[in-house]
Amino acid sequence: MADMQQAYEPGTHPDLPPPRSTVGVVGWLRQNLFSSPFNWAMTFFSIYVVYIIVPPILSWTLIDADWVGKTRDDCSRVGACWVFIGVWFKQLMYGRYPDTELWRINLAYVILGVSLTALLVPRFPWKHWVGVFLLFVFPIIAFYLFVGDAFGLPLVETPLWGGLFLTLVIAIVGIVASLPIGIVLALGRRSSMPVVRAICVCFIELWRGVPLITVLFMSSVMFPLFMPEGVNFDKLVRALVGVMLFSSAYMAEVVRGGLQAIPKGQYEGAQALGLSYWKMMALIIMPQALKLVIPGIVNTFIGLFKDTTLVLIIGLFDFLGMAQLSATNQNWLGFAVEGYVFVAFGFWIFCFSMSRYSQHLEKKLHTGH
Amino acid sequence: MKNSVSVIALAAAAVMFVAAPAGAGTLEEVQKKGFVQCGVSQGVPGFSNPDEKGNWTGIDVDVCRAVAAAVLGDAGKVKFTPLSAKERFTALQSGEIDVLSRNTTWTLVRDTALGLNFAGVNYYDGQGFMVRKDLGIKSAMELAGASVCVNIGTTTELNMADFFRGNSMDYKPVVFEKADEVVAAYDSGRCDVYTTDQSALAAQRIKLKDPKAHVVLPEVISKEPLGPVVRHGDDQWLDIVKWSLYAMLEAEEYGVSSKNVDKVKSGSKNPIHKRLLGVEGDLGKNLGLGKEWAYNIVKQVGNYGESFDRNVGPSTAVGLPRGVNAQWKDGGLQYAMPVR
Repeated sequence: MADMQQAYEPGTHPDLPPPRSTVGVVGWLRQNLFSSPFNWAMTFFSIYVVYIIVPPILSWTLIDADWVGKTRDDCSRVGACWVFIGVWFKQLMYGRYPDTELWRINLAYVILGVSLTALLVPRFPWKHWVGVFLLFVFPIIAFYLFVGDAFGLPLVETPLWGGLFLTLVIAIVGIVASLPIGIVLALGRRSSMPVVRAICVCFIELWRGVPLITVLFMSSVMFPLFMPEGVNFDKLVRALVGVMLFSSAYMAEVVRGGLQAIPKGQYEGAQALGLSYWKMMALIIMPQALKLVIPGIVNTFIGLFKDTTLVLIIGLFDFLGMAQLSATNQNWLGFAVEGYVFVAFGFWIFCFSMSRYSQHLEKKLHTGH
Repeated sequence: MKNSVSVIALAAAAVMFVAAPAGAGTLEEVQKKGFVQCGVSQGVPGFSNPDEKGNWTGIDVDVCRAVAAAVLGDAGKVKFTPLSAKERFTALQSGEIDVLSRNTTWTLVRDTALGLNFAGVNYYDGQGFMVRKDLGIKSAMELAGASVCVNIGTTTELNMADFFRGNSMDYKPVVFEKADEVVAAYDSGRCDVYTTDQSALAAQRIKLKDPKAHVVLPEVISKEPLGPVVRHGDDQWLDIVKWSLYAMLEAEEYGVSSKNVDKVKSGSKNPIHKRLLGVEGDLGKNLGLGKEWAYNIVKQVGNYGESFDRNVGPSTAVGLPRGVNAQWKDGGLQYAMPVR
């Protein structure tokens, strides 16, 4: 009996390695993939599914794909024909914006990119000024750059806008405008003044109650008929206003959700300090409420970004519309799939980065309650 | 080319809100602003779509270019507004565009209740059939017992049913929701025949694995006359668009093309040539245009045959046969009223 196990004084037992079957790769596999007969079956089934799906996708998109060339004859048609994307790349990015004026869009991209980087880098000083510049100065610069007809820049009419550029214009205008309008509407809806509240409720419920496609359709088909003869708003402006109002109604409800989550004590505490309504909102309530609803806000942004593709039905060629249009060219018929895959990839990049940034923001602003 | 009744009703209702349709004066307006605003499609192969450089091409586009050549003397002075099927009529009614040239079928309701005028027909479309070449079928009358791939719930399906029943032939419909599904099913051999509008048939054919192994049968079983449209109530502008189209047809009928137009203008003794090209008389004045209106059209855009061959003809990817769109002298339907 004495040789069965050596006795140790409490606290003196040497550290032994854990059983080999519970650590390392083998342990992980046993624990996660092969822990029961059912999991054995599931694991093999999943491997089979991956085997069926992934190799054909890889061979279509990469291995058998054609990358260089200028016409459809350069494509073997076995795999994807990325030549199609290459030939139409300028159209997919900028629409029919004149070649000689493309630098204007690129310049705006650069300004936007540099200022956004400055905003996103945590250690950068003067953030407030960059923010003010982006919100108030940049839109004016971008407007004159894109439209032109001033400062010696030739006019580029909006029917020539298109591709990813148009998608970004619609999405960014919608996103930037919807937050402030949405906050005001949310405050209005919770206001104790009956007229203000009624107006805000009506506005929100009206715009939230109709599909975006209806809003766009009304703005492009019905609205011009109600205008007096000769008064014609630009189609893009009509669509932009529609998207803005639509998304701000959604945003208002998201913000209201945050407002409702703030305990009454916060309001009372702020009032006890003698803060006015606006100061209370700006300094105490909104910072907490907005932080709470970051996932909801970003969700709305992502939804809006993807909804911009609906402008296709009013004859504007956004990123997706341009891909479809390119595939109707008689020299490039039958390449719609490549276009769709490319556009899906583009949208994924934008939406995924928005989502990652929001997660980063949540972590940064997390104060532990 | 099929439009839901509700949209037409909606548009018709909308028209009633408009106090007065855009009045006369489109010509002065166009001359003042210096370009023709032309409503086109969102991409129909061979009819209107932009190339890699963003220039619009197609036979519908050529009509607009012809109008610009006649009115402004420069076929390049056109601005294009891409329109969806639903908004095209509003865009015209509200004055956003001057001409709608967007493979639009001429029907009674559109011509009357919507407050529009059709200025002619630049392409006679119609429903047709495509089969595999190796079946050796030469005519749709040999299709008895065939299985036919078709879009569900369209007039295409109804036209096909009428055709087979009218000729007391059996057939087996194989229906799908979307055009791409129909093409894929036909390509994989799930049916013997594929039917839709002929111009679309030609375009869809390019999507097949081996386009050369298929033929489009000559029969057309429905009427889809496509043509340019203008607003009701501006007769002068209607005349201009109408006769621009006729000038292209007349030029082809009498052998005037963009290549020989200068030689014909200076050398021809044929009075028809002289009248058309403005050497004799001044027909343009009646339209409110200059003497050389038709010369500019032919010189810069070409005659109807040239436009057809360039955009949809047998040598292009779309590869439509001339068929019913041949000149009346060659047994087709294209018939220009005399330019005199």
